[in-house]
Amino acid sequence: MSTLLKPKTAAELRDLYVRQEMMPTIFCDGCGLGNVLNYTLWALDELQVDLNQVVFVSGIGCSSRLSGYVNSDGMHTTHGRALSFASGIKAANPNLTVIVFTGDGDGAGIGGNHLLHTIRRNMDLTVILVNNFIYGMTGGQSAPTTPIGGISSTTPYGNVEYAMDICALAMALEAPYVARWTVNQPYPPIKSIAQGIAKRGFALIEMLVPCPTAYGGRNGLKGVERIWQWYRDNTVLLDDFEHIMEFGTHEEQEEIKHKIKVGVLQDSERECFDEQWAKLVERVKL
Amino acid sequence: MDRALIRRALGDKVQFIQGDDACAYGALLAGCNFFAGYPITPATEVAEQMSILLPLVGGCYIQMEDEIASMGALVGASWTGAKTMTSTSGPGFSLMQENLGYAIMTETPCVVVNVQRSGPSTGQPTMGAYGDMMQARWGTHGDHEIIMLCPASVQESLDMTIVAFNLSEQFRTPVLLFIDGELGHMRERLVIPDDDEVEIVNRPMFNGQGKYLPFATDASLVPTFAPFGSGHRTYVTGLTHNEQGLPRSSSAEIHDKLIRRLADKINNHRDQIIRYEEFYADDCDIAIITYGITARTCRDVVEQARSKGIKVGMLRLITIWPFPDDLVARWAERVQAILVPEMNLGQMIHPIREAVAGRCKVAPLFRIGGEIHTPVEILTALEELQCQLC
Repeated sequence: MSTLLKPKTAAELRDLYVRQEMMPTIFCDGCGLGNVLNYTLWALDELQVDLNQVVFVSGIGCSSRLSGYVNSDGMHTTHGRALSFASGIKAANPNLTVIVFTGDGDGAGIGGNHLLHTIRRNMDLTVILVNNFIYGMTGGQSAPTTPIGGISSTTPYGNVEYAMDICALAMALEAPYVARWTVNQPYPPIKSIAQGIAKRGFALIEMLVPCPTAYGGRNGLKGVERIWQWYRDNTVLLDDFEHIMEFGTHEEQEEIKHKIKVGVLQDSERECFDEQWAKLVERVKL
Repeated sequence: MDRALIRRALGDKVQFIQGDDACAYGALLAGCNFFAGYPITPATEVAEQMSILLPLVGGCYIQMEDEIASMGALVGASWTGAKTMTSTSGPGFSLMQENLGYAIMTETPCVVVNVQRSGPSTGQPTMGAYGDMMQARWGTHGDHEIIMLCPASVQESLDMTIVAFNLSEQFRTPVLLFIDGELGHMRERLVIPDDDEVEIVNRPMFNGQGKYLPFATDASLVPTFAPFGSGHRTYVTGLTHNEQGLPRSSSAEIHDKLIRRLADKINNHRDQIIRYEEFYADDCDIAIITYGITARTCRDVVEQARSKGIKVGMLRLITIWPFPDDLVARWAERVQAILVPEMNLGQMIHPIREAVAGRCKVAPLFRIGGEIHTPVEILTALEELQCQLC
């Protein structure tokens, strides 16, 4: 996999792709969003995409600030609505590469209905959904992804709601490309983001990132090392999961049963909205 | 877009169609090539007509999952350079407020048609009303100006939809076109204007000279446009931003300058935006000030009343916002009383009273329930006013 990638340093990527006037970022120490930006720029570099033909769209929240850091056309929209704006851009000009940065609250909470229908429509978008289990920008309120029992500023006695599996939703709606990775696995997400951009149709890359400030501290995961370790302990590679479930012992199966599966979860082909629409226009245009 | 193609798509020059369809026809003539919407009575026919017409001319129609998404898609499409429209009614217009504000803040041209029905809430879906006049003005949060037109006939629905697109392009701001369920579903004779009768305005484009600052302006106060994909790497945000488009949300100075400019670019050009019609303006004691379908009844009543010796004139507002307060004030100087018939419980009477400022009597004539005013009702109100003045 690494042979695919051009060895560029983070500083080189920054000079090539980052809007310098926007530096430094607003992110806290230990936040995983900088990593996600780095992986995304690396993927763009890998594909050698013409940045003049890329639009980064985002909603509201920490992750949605990412769009401003990339030196391309960008649209920082309203809370939860990034996919609506992105759909308008892509439908009106299918030649543009449209990449969406969103978060768990933005993309799956307030924007859940748009997520559902943008996938159903199979808009040719690459959606990098950064899941940190919390509403970070507003100071750590519970999100639709906060684990049950999790402590947040609005679940001070523990969260009584179940967390949603965003990738499972996308898979059920037959999104052509669905992958989930954590920030402490740098190379696979770079490859997935590149695959997502190259894929004609809806691509979801869910990135599990630490929020030491608003989530970690309240949940016994103070400090970057402990929260990264949590991701190592609580995730399992899809290939390993399948192998163990088929060949592993009962104990091994019990151990991984409730872990978060990471990997390329779905990779298929399905004609996207703009292809369908172009065919319709060809059929009926006067 | 190919003008000949548009004319072929629209068909016969003279047709007998409803107001909703006329809005769609107007949009096509104005160069609309992108529509996003969500079905809602009594506005659905606008979307249906657009879904028929747009593919015929190579445009894009997309039915979104709700009105929030429709408004978002409109803004996104507009930033690729498309001319965009959506249509809705009260409940959907409520949902659009958030992204309508985003369109104002980001200076995004787009047209929103609201075929009004009675509210609040689901109210009377199939019945006309003019209950959203103030929501149009103040529905989205924050200080802002808005442009809104209210046609009174099927023909004018087409004509004013074209004007709505032109104003939206000229001033880079959303423009609202408000009709109601009665006008939307009423069929009348429509004459499709020839190409030389249709004025088309396009948003001011960046001329390529020097560095592109997406929100810098000249005396017009309207910034020049460069679409996404044109290599200028524009950043658009709903946050308070500088001329480069970058967020500067903590600066009182930048916020004050930006928000005042957004208001001034509309208020400084009121003479180009405000449209109205006057009858017997210089020969009346009593005035009717009205708008929308109510004006149709009033127009007949004016003649009836004058034949009975009541000297009535009429001001029909076509541009509702920005409100023509100077015009109303001039009427207030001339007459002793103003009758304000409205299909609501009193909305436009407030800015009218403010403009009149006690110069003459202002009498309300409100009707809700989904039926338009009867001529007798308006005539009786005029007779009563006349008695009071004697």
